[in-house]
Amino acid sequence: MSTKLHIERYCHIKNSTVSLNGAPLFEIASEDFLTFIKAAYKELDTKYSKFFKMDNLSKLAFLAADVLLKEDTSLSEGEKNIAIVLSNRASSLDTDRKHQASISDPKNYYPSPAVFVYTLPNICIGEISIKHKLFSENSFFIFETFSADLLKVYTESLLKTNKAEKVLCGWVDFDADSYEAFLYLVSSEGTIEHNNNEITRLYRL
Amino acid sequence: MRKVYVSYNSIVSALGFDSKAVVENIANEVSGIRKISDPKLFPTPFYASLVASEAISEAFHQFGATEAYTRLEQLLILSLQHVIEASKLPLNDRVGLIISTTKGNIDVLEKDSPFPEKRAYLAALGNVLKNFFGFQNDAIVLSNACVSGVLAVAVAKRYIQQGTYDHVFIASGDIVSQFILSGFNSFQAMSSLPCKPYSNDRTGITIGELSASALVTSEEKNLAPEAVEILGEASCNDANHISGPSRTGEGLYRSIQSAMKEAAIEASTIDYISAHGTATSFNDEMEAIAFNRAALQNVPLNSLKGYFGHTLGASGLVETIVGMHSLHQNTLFTSLGFSELGVSKPLTIITEVAPKEVSVFLKTASGFGGCNTAAIFQKCHNTETNNQTN
Repeated sequence: MSTKLHIERYCHIKNSTVSLNGAPLFEIASEDFLTFIKAAYKELDTKYSKFFKMDNLSKLAFLAADVLLKEDTSLSEGEKNIAIVLSNRASSLDTDRKHQASISDPKNYYPSPAVFVYTLPNICIGEISIKHKLFSENSFFIFETFSADLLKVYTESLLKTNKAEKVLCGWVDFDADSYEAFLYLVSSEGTIEHNNNEITRLYRL
Repeated sequence: MRKVYVSYNSIVSALGFDSKAVVENIANEVSGIRKISDPKLFPTPFYASLVASEAISEAFHQFGATEAYTRLEQLLILSLQHVIEASKLPLNDRVGLIISTTKGNIDVLEKDSPFPEKRAYLAALGNVLKNFFGFQNDAIVLSNACVSGVLAVAVAKRYIQQGTYDHVFIASGDIVSQFILSGFNSFQAMSSLPCKPYSNDRTGITIGELSASALVTSEEKNLAPEAVEILGEASCNDANHISGPSRTGEGLYRSIQSAMKEAAIEASTIDYISAHGTATSFNDEMEAIAFNRAALQNVPLNSLKGYFGHTLGASGLVETIVGMHSLHQNTLFTSLGFSELGVSKPLTIITEVAPKEVSVFLKTASGFGGCNTAAIFQKCHNTETNNQTN
C-alpha cells in the first residue's frame, strides 16, 4: 500500500457515556438506554428528527457515527466516499423479539412495518448513509466477539482497491440488557496506526 | 491482484437438491412456487416456494439426528456438504467459511420451538456449521439484507485477495417463517399470485426458502466446469430511504459502474443480466431506471424469483450459481412470470429459453437499508490456456 493508514478518530458509547478519542463528550447517571441516548442526542446538538423513529441499534450506531462524521470538515466540501463496515454479536435481535411478540398471539396480532424494517442489522448503515449522503460501500458482519483483524483486513481491501477514500468501521451491539458502540474512522490522516494492536487497545478503552 | 473464481456449487431447494437438477427444472420453466395453506406460517393461504420437510429429513438423516439441527442448519449443511466434497479440499487454516443470511434461525423465537433462544444468534449458526464440518477458522456471518448472497461472493474475493484465505466456502440460506411472512405482509408487499417480475400486472413478492453454497477460490487448477472468474464487484448505498428504493436507481447504478470499472469492461461486453426483480412496483421500476442509466437496456435480462420466490439472504448466491450454469450451457433462461413490460424504461426480458453464446454476466441485487450490489463474472472455458496468456 502506498500510503500508510491511520485511525483518524474514534468514538465509544457505553456505560451511559459518549466519548470522542477517549475523552467524554456526554455522560449521565441514568442506567436506562433510551433516557441516556435521547439526552445524548440533545446535548450533542444532533438535530435530526428521524432519530426518534429509529430502533435502539440504529440510535446507537447513528449517534456514534454522527459524533465522528460531523467532525469531518472535508464532508462539507462535497461528496465523500466513506465506506461503512459494521459488526456486532446480536444482529437485530432486540427488534426481532419485538416483531415476534407482535405476531405470537393470533388474538393480539399487530405486526408493523415500522418495526419490521428494523429487523435487519444493516438498516443502521442506511440511516447513517441517508444523514451523511454516503453513496458508499457497506457491509454488516456478525461475530461472536469483536474482531479487530477481520475488520482491519476488510477496511484495507476497500481502501487499497480505491472503493473508498475513508472507512467508518467498528462494533455496534444492542441486546436485551446491554449496549456498546465503538466506531473509528480509517484514512491516511491521523497519528494512530491502523493495526490490530491499536484497534484492540482503543476498543478496550 | 490474484484472480478469484466461483467454482463448485450446490442448491437445495423446492426445485431439487443439487444445482444440476435445479437448473434442469429452470430450463423446463418449472417453478417451485405453490399455494400453501399452513396457519402455523400464515393465517390465510399464500404462495411460496418451500422445501418439503420430508425431503429434507430424508436427505439429512445420514448426516446426523434431525432433532439436533434446525431446519435452516439442515438445509445449509446439505448444500455445503456437496460443495466441500466436490472440491476435495482439506479444511486447513487457509480455508474460510462465510455464511450469508438475513434472519438465520429466526424461527427459534417462536413459542413452541424445541430449540433455545440462543440459537437465534447468528454466530451460533456459524459455530454449528464450523463444528459440523471441522473448519479451522471461525465463520464470518454476513447479514446485509437482500444483497447478502452476492455480497458474500464479493467479501470472499476481497479476503482472498488480501491474503487472509486461499479458498472460501460460502453457505447462504433463509427459511420461510411466520416472522418473514407477517413482516412482508405488513408492508403490503406480498403478491396474491406467484410473483411476476417486471410485468405490468405484478402485485408484489413471493417469498421462498433454500440454501445455496459455493466455493470461491484463487486456485486455477481443479475448477468446476461451470466456474467463472469474478471480474469486478461493488456495493453502493442509495442514501435515500431505509425501506424504499431510490427513484433514480442511484445506488444500483453506481454499483454497476464501479463493478464495470474494476472489471475494466464496457456495458457492451455484458452478455446477460441476472437481475434482482422482486416484482414489487418500486423495486422493478428502480432497476429499469438504473439499467437504462448504465446503457444496459438491450442486454437480455431475467429475474429468477418466479422459480424460487425471493429467498432473501440466499437469493444473490443462488442466482449467481444459475447464471454460471447459464454461461456454461450457453443458454438464456426464461424470466418466469413475465407477461408485458410494466416499467417506465425499456428492458430486454428473456421470454423463452434461448441458446446464446454468453461469456460475461452481471448479477445485481438490492435491499432494505438502501443497499445494492453488482458483480460481473466471466466464464473460464479452459483455465490452462488462460494461465499461459496471462
